[in-house]
Amino acid sequence: MAVKAAYLDGIALWTPLLPGWDIAAPVLRGDAPPPGTVAARPSPALLAPTERRRAPDTVAIALEVGARACEYAGIDPKAVASVFASTHGDLAISDYMSDTLARTPNLVSPIRFHNSVHNAAAGYWSIGTGSMQPYTAITAWGDTFGEGLLEALVQADTSGRPVLLVAYDIEARGPLACMQPSRGIVGVGLVVSPSAGARTVARIQWDAVRGTDRTSPLARNAELLAGNAMAACLPFVEAVAMSVERTVSVGLSPNMLLEMEFAFPHRKDGSWR
Amino acid sequence: MQPLRVTRHTVATAVGHGVAALAAALRQRYSGLRPNDFTDAPLATYIGRVAGVEDAPLPGAWAEWECRNNRLAWLALQCDDFRGSALRARERYGADRVALVLGTSTSSIGATEEAYRRLLPDGQYPEDLRRPVVHTPHSLGDFVRAALGLEGIVVTVGTACSSSAKVFAQAERLIRAGLADAAIVGGVDSLCGSVLFGFNSLELVSPEPCRPFDVTRRGISIGEAAGFALLERDGDAGPWLLGCGESSDAYHMSSPHPQGLGARLSIEAALECAGLPASAVDYINLHGTASQKNDEVEARLIAGLFPSTTRASSTKGWTGHTLGAAGIVEAVVTFIALDTGLVPGTLNAEILDPACGPQVCIGNETSDVRIALSNSFGFGGSNCSLLFGRERAS
Repeated sequence: MAVKAAYLDGIALWTPLLPGWDIAAPVLRGDAPPPGTVAARPSPALLAPTERRRAPDTVAIALEVGARACEYAGIDPKAVASVFASTHGDLAISDYMSDTLARTPNLVSPIRFHNSVHNAAAGYWSIGTGSMQPYTAITAWGDTFGEGLLEALVQADTSGRPVLLVAYDIEARGPLACMQPSRGIVGVGLVVSPSAGARTVARIQWDAVRGTDRTSPLARNAELLAGNAMAACLPFVEAVAMSVERTVSVGLSPNMLLEMEFAFPHRKDGSWR
Repeated sequence: MQPLRVTRHTVATAVGHGVAALAAALRQRYSGLRPNDFTDAPLATYIGRVAGVEDAPLPGAWAEWECRNNRLAWLALQCDDFRGSALRARERYGADRVALVLGTSTSSIGATEEAYRRLLPDGQYPEDLRRPVVHTPHSLGDFVRAALGLEGIVVTVGTACSSSAKVFAQAERLIRAGLADAAIVGGVDSLCGSVLFGFNSLELVSPEPCRPFDVTRRGISIGEAAGFALLERDGDAGPWLLGCGESSDAYHMSSPHPQGLGARLSIEAALECAGLPASAVDYINLHGTASQKNDEVEARLIAGLFPSTTRASSTKGWTGHTLGAAGIVEAVVTFIALDTGLVPGTLNAEILDPACGPQVCIGNETSDVRIALSNSFGFGGSNCSLLFGRERAS
């Protein structure tokens, strides 16, 4: 297939050490050290006050980066179709469900059960924003970021409209942690658009190609998201923060890559470089 | 969208292995539901359990993926020569040009539940379950990728009970965008404690076999199933995917929008995608879970949107609600209707809810079914409607 072009109109990142794109970008560029403090979990302001407190971490982080990415792009969250990508879904609820089922199956919490679905964060996004636009929720194990981003790019290409990607993973709990040792919290939000606009951050020329050679993060950044199941997003967010022409490949499956050439708008002459 | 041809399909449900078994059960009106004999802790309900899963371990080459859900996937791949057709498609197009998009609600969480029941005294997993791939929701997609030797796009969709309907829409986009020449879609969900006790905690599980759209229905019967379909731009035979519609409710995590607004948007989007009016739809396979709210809302919606000549039914009295596999199972029911003219009724319903319009049928009928619609609605307010046709153009 021919290489296709998409435009990145919004970006958000949240981790306890890099709580927001304005803090994360200079750190990713090497212009600032990571803050020494650990941020408290973001409060999902989109939800009703009673829902905010009891929202699972997956929901809190997904709604935070989704809202920030839309804000960055200047689009109405209600009007945009979305792709939610999470490697493991809510690892804490999976631990709770498996533990409770092993001991007292009749005492499973109905709320935790309906929050255990892989599309829980997407469902709360739809409820919180009032968006009746389609969402999807996907996983591809180690290639979840790549497959989620590909689906967002494909939707933007086929619908001709901007699409929101929300990718996140949280910390594993209990015995399940020995199989899926995800650490910390990582959320990334992206708005990809089929055409360039006033808020466009980067042009991405992309293709799905055979290959196994995934781009590694810069050595100085390698530890920033280490241990989290969504760490595969690091070379992408790094490329956006650096804002210099660069090719980044992320995995789609064991034999397939999403290859992306980044270029950035040069305001003086309107060129991309 | 350009229609895509469903050149091969298969399904395994509580009524049997393969499409012919499902068609025979529909025609002869025998249910696959039986009293719950799956859970160790008692739970008085009926389940749709697929026979033979316990006796069919995965071949040694795929022992790493061993678990009930992947066994069920493997069992269905053997039905109707689906695996043979998939391998031939792989040879024809290339292993990197056949996309794999599968839906599931709980994937192999049953294996994680088992590990927690059998934890060693030091809190570690038992040796035989220390296989990370079965403790993550992509277990399904990764297993089928390995079993079919595919090397292209591989993704697992998890939008609860709309999962294996939405895979058709995602695969269609991938083919339209030129990223694949064909796609294998489908879904697999297997019985596990999470869904049986989880739905029970929400008071949605019926103590008797489910009776969709009956005025005295008492809730859902949970089932398990696996099904697959091969989508190509053209082929010698098979029904056509004419349109896909997707929407969100923006209302509640486990309760449908009271006016069915999200469901209405997905049905209208599918019709618009196919360029067809509602009056062109001959048969609708309803989501029809037999929960109080779903059936009331869906019945009103169908009564308001379609003419009385459109026939509509829920087939969950045969298979149970197969959750993440419901989309593919019920797509296959519409293929049977398109192929044979069999309009299945609504098994176990006796007196219809007054919200039902003249479209909903209890008994089986025979009709010239040219266009069929399948509805799948899930937790989190995720809706998907698929339109299939006997011919490429109506």
